[in-house]
Amino acid sequence: MTYSNFSLWTIILALGIGTYLIRFSFLGLLGNRQLPEWLLRHLRYAPMAVLPALVAPLVLWPAGNEGHPEPARLIATFATIAAGYLTRNTLAAIGAGLGSLYFFLWLFGG
Amino acid sequence: MTKSPYLQGFLVGLPFVITAAPFGLLFGVLARDAGLDLAAIMGMSFLVIAGASQFAALAQIQENAPAFFVVLTALAVNLRMAIYSASLAPHLGPAPAWKRAFAAYLLFDNTFAIAMKEFEERPDRPVDEKIIWFLGCATPVTAIWVVTTVLGALLGRAIPDSLALDFAVPVMFLAVIAPMLRTLPQLAAALTGIVASLALTSLPYGTGLLVAAVLAMMAGAETERRLAR
Repeated sequence: MTYSNFSLWTIILALGIGTYLIRFSFLGLLGNRQLPEWLLRHLRYAPMAVLPALVAPLVLWPAGNEGHPEPARLIATFATIAAGYLTRNTLAAIGAGLGSLYFFLWLFGG
Repeated sequence: MTKSPYLQGFLVGLPFVITAAPFGLLFGVLARDAGLDLAAIMGMSFLVIAGASQFAALAQIQENAPAFFVVLTALAVNLRMAIYSASLAPHLGPAPAWKRAFAAYLLFDNTFAIAMKEFEERPDRPVDEKIIWFLGCATPVTAIWVVTTVLGALLGRAIPDSLALDFAVPVMFLAVIAPMLRTLPQLAAALTGIVASLALTSLPYGTGLLVAAVLAMMAGAETERRLAR
């Protein structure tokens, strides 16, 4: 890294302000006005649309394994989804995911 | 005795310290490796609080990219938060502006996911309670994020790779999403998002994710519309 202290803090501040404005956008400016029905219908699927898409590359090409698919992480992925789907409980899903991840990492000697 | 909305939110948010902590540790370790001092690492975690973009900025900083590109790349990664902002607007929109301004600061992947789940399950709550619930659910995760990034910076390479810190994030999001998966439109949205995101990973600055998210929302909404007929 070859940035001066000044340019590093400029980066951090600009990133902080920019990120805040993105977060504030609709929430801040829309206020009490209603969004149109077609847009609400799309937004209903926002969590389902964004989060699995965000996770998919991390699952298939994990940074912790130099970007190659890795069996313990794949098993942990399915364990998390299965436990979450069947129990409808987020905590149970986290437990199943991390539990199986560490068990199979240990088993496969990773 | 009924719990206050703040405490209710706090308790829902609390378990996510388990999955946020490794992510924060990892950021601290890598940021220290990249040459950031403790003040800069804390400053970033406080001012940005958006894990994925902080990692993106760090990668560019390590490459000594021009400052402008560092900011642009990281902001592109955060554009998905405009979707979060719009999604929460129907729930928190009626609140006073200063409360919304504060809630916006605490809006990131984790709080968005758990708040949407809560607000869909209990849509009729007064908006004041929703805002306070939201602050409650954000408190533990935000605190642990700042604390663990600092801890990661201090501990540095003492943390072994075998802890697989990188994988806490996928587990966290899947654990939130899987229990919400109930209907065909949701399944359509999830599958479309996954396929599109994998197909578009070569697009620069995380823009593939944005395109994938929009396509996935369209798939969900269109499936819902057709089923309703």
